[in-house]
Amino acid sequence: MSETATIAATAEPKNYLTNRHTIQSWLFTVDHKRIAILYLISLTVFFLLGGAAAALFRLDLMTPQADLLQSETYNKLFTMHGIVMIFFFLVPSIPAVMGNFLVPVMIGAKDVAFPRLNLLSWYVFMAGGLIALGAIISGGVDTGWTFYTPYSSMYANSHVILAVAGAFIAGFSSIMTALNFIVTIQKMRAPGLTWFRLPLFIWAMYATSLVVILGTPVVAITLVMIFIERFFQFGLFDPALGGDPVLFQHLFWFYSHPAVYIMILPSMGVISEIVSCFSRRRLYGYTFVAFSSLAIAVIGFFVWGHHMFVSSQSAYAGLIFSFLTFFVAIPTAIKILNWIMTMYKGSISFDTPMLYAYGFLGLFTIGGLTGLFLSTMATDIHLHDTYFVVAHFHYVMVGGGVMGFLGALHFWWPKMTGRMYPEGWAKFAAIVIFIGFNLTFFPQFQLGYHGMPRRYHTYAEEFQILHVMSTAGASVLGAGYLIMAAYLGWSLFKGKRASANPWDARGLEWETTSPPPTENFLSTPTVTQEAYAYDKPSVTHVPPEEKRV
Amino acid sequence: MSSHAHAHVAHHFESAEQQRQSAQLGMWIFLVTEVMFFGGLFAAYVVYRSLYPEAWVVGSHLLSIGLGGFNTAVLLASSLTMALAVHAAQTDKRNATAMWIVLTMVLGFVFLGVKVVEYAGKFEHHLVPGAHFHVDPMAELAKLEAAGVHVGQHLRHAFETANPSHVQLFYSLYFAMTGMHAVHMIIGAGLMIWLLANTLKGRYSSAYYNPVEVTGLYWHFVDIVWIFLFPMLYLIGRH
Amino acid sequence: MSEHHVMPIRVYLTIIAILMALTVATVWVAFLDFGYLNTVIAVGIAVIKALLVVMYFMHLKYAAPITRLFAGAGAVFFVILIAITLSDYRSRDWFPFPEPWEQAHEAPASH
Repeated sequence: MSETATIAATAEPKNYLTNRHTIQSWLFTVDHKRIAILYLISLTVFFLLGGAAAALFRLDLMTPQADLLQSETYNKLFTMHGIVMIFFFLVPSIPAVMGNFLVPVMIGAKDVAFPRLNLLSWYVFMAGGLIALGAIISGGVDTGWTFYTPYSSMYANSHVILAVAGAFIAGFSSIMTALNFIVTIQKMRAPGLTWFRLPLFIWAMYATSLVVILGTPVVAITLVMIFIERFFQFGLFDPALGGDPVLFQHLFWFYSHPAVYIMILPSMGVISEIVSCFSRRRLYGYTFVAFSSLAIAVIGFFVWGHHMFVSSQSAYAGLIFSFLTFFVAIPTAIKILNWIMTMYKGSISFDTPMLYAYGFLGLFTIGGLTGLFLSTMATDIHLHDTYFVVAHFHYVMVGGGVMGFLGALHFWWPKMTGRMYPEGWAKFAAIVIFIGFNLTFFPQFQLGYHGMPRRYHTYAEEFQILHVMSTAGASVLGAGYLIMAAYLGWSLFKGKRASANPWDARGLEWETTSPPPTENFLSTPTVTQEAYAYDKPSVTHVPPEEKRV
Repeated sequence: MSSHAHAHVAHHFESAEQQRQSAQLGMWIFLVTEVMFFGGLFAAYVVYRSLYPEAWVVGSHLLSIGLGGFNTAVLLASSLTMALAVHAAQTDKRNATAMWIVLTMVLGFVFLGVKVVEYAGKFEHHLVPGAHFHVDPMAELAKLEAAGVHVGQHLRHAFETANPSHVQLFYSLYFAMTGMHAVHMIIGAGLMIWLLANTLKGRYSSAYYNPVEVTGLYWHFVDIVWIFLFPMLYLIGRH
Repeated sequence: MSEHHVMPIRVYLTIIAILMALTVATVWVAFLDFGYLNTVIAVGIAVIKALLVVMYFMHLKYAAPITRLFAGAGAVFFVILIAITLSDYRSRDWFPFPEPWEQAHEAPASH
């Protein structure tokens, strides 16, 4: 025992990145951490594609006329931006990358419950992504990411079937991931890790998974129905046969509204971790924050009709949907107040993850509050389908979802790669992204309020100044992303080696090496305290004498 | 992975019981997604039926209760054989397990065969939605009366007022729902072949029979879908 | 909890007998006229049959509480999807749409 221990200690210990180097060891891996890396690489590619599409049409929108793109191309580009960013970046972003990496480590398990299903989910995701890309390359889709009928089912001449198939297949990948997380969290927690000792990121992943499980199949069958209508010519939503296109909207939004919470709940989990760590305080109101995640997940299923106030939906249904929508604000406000209370009298340090957390708090609050304008029926009639909606949506999805993702990426980058990123550059990029984002989307609130409709290629002259501001902001935002990509790439090779716990954080993931070994922990940890015990000195839950056996 | 019947615990599980419970819970969660998947079609069915009840009466009269009822019995019987296959695996009866799995599969194919006959009939009678769809409710009413069926006041009213386009909508849903169900049956039959191969290789025993159990759960779920489809499609508005 | 529960074969045979009987009953009852209750009866019988399959063939009766919770959640959200969607369609004509101004003033209300 002692002999082997000394040998292991002198040699560089193998971690999940270095234990094998072949291509097969990556493509056929069942290690959740390697699958997370595969997802991270693929999502980065999709993010660049979706961003490139946005850059093109944003450039075109600098002038009121159509001078860079043809209208058809413009329609295809905003559709591509929506499909890629939602189905292939935002929905999988934090769950598939951070969740895959962290869920088993945070609960002290060796892997997720179904490792091969986990690998399959990545292949299914890539298949869906490639099919959707095929649709784009072979001529594009112009329905918008919402695929509204009857345009998508009867009139569109673009590659709707391929795009729908891509989104459908990608849905299975998120179902597989969600199923894995629920079973893993239910059945594989380390001894002593009771529900109320769990990190709030785990609660958030659990709530997200519930939404995925209950919602995704509905959009899957809805997309199948579009396929049936286009391919077999069965008129399921065809008004000529008495079918109702608004029924499509019901089924679509039954998933796609809760999908907003699929994109935001994981970010909220991340913010809980970051705020607590960088304020050096245990999270204020733990149980409230935990249950508010579940509350958002459940209430989110009762509000979908607020997307349909100006469709032929009944006014009574609209009233009730509007009323219920306000209830989502309650658990959301509970979270925000608890994060602020956590910082109160805390010992706050402004490291990069914390900057992103601040970004999230500000931007998401604006996004959430403008959501209330849209959930009020009377104001929605004025704002419906204008840039106000676009701005609101991006404040929630980018200001909330992407800020959370970037915060998580920086917070756990040392754990995932074993390297530190350059703190100065990272702070600079965070500030550039924050400024660029606001410059891009704040003018869009004004555009929308003054009546500029969304998805229009040309517009009246008086809107130009705001569009120019927005495009300028988008270039700043893009520059911020590129700076980040550059220093993160640099840090992979030249960054300082990270210690096991560079932030002096609590939680099981910081008790294993950076990067962790393939088994995560060389012996099963036994947990004796909650994940936010910042008021107590750090304790080790992994039996040290059994390390490096 | 390992092919031993005993101590079949994957490396990341602590115990066989933890592994079994995970498999079971995982399958149930998958079935929840299946419930919601069919939920979209059922929602469309319920909405359109509430809008066009008379077309639903006409549509369901053109389906054969005999074939539908026979298929219901076949599928219920296959659920029994599936349950018995799990029972045989639990009690270490390998040959019985194999036999019940084969029987389940055979019943599944009988169901699909009857479905093919039904679909062919609909094709022949121009009841497949699309350009060739044709239905004349009044002619169908006359056929019913000629066949000596007692046509009550409600029934007559439904046939007289039904819009053929709405009947086409009924058939769009009929094919979408039964088609989606048939796809699940075909997947189920494929799973039976896989189970059978592994049973014959001796991979299952009372110590480890998770695949038999969870595949059984899936098979029963497909049966339950049909338990609802049969009255909703074949029996609605027969009175 | 969910230890390996082996049910006696007798239970399975009883259940299948009830299921077959209910199938016959649902066909028989479909030809009797109960008005709108026909639908309720047909769906009710289907629910009973489904519950029998779920509880005994699928062993949900002996499954862990969390498994039962998930199965129940599936049923509840299935109903939510259908009920809320349908409530829109059923309430669409409740709202009295205002008549055009001229119509309302030239021809005084007929009721």
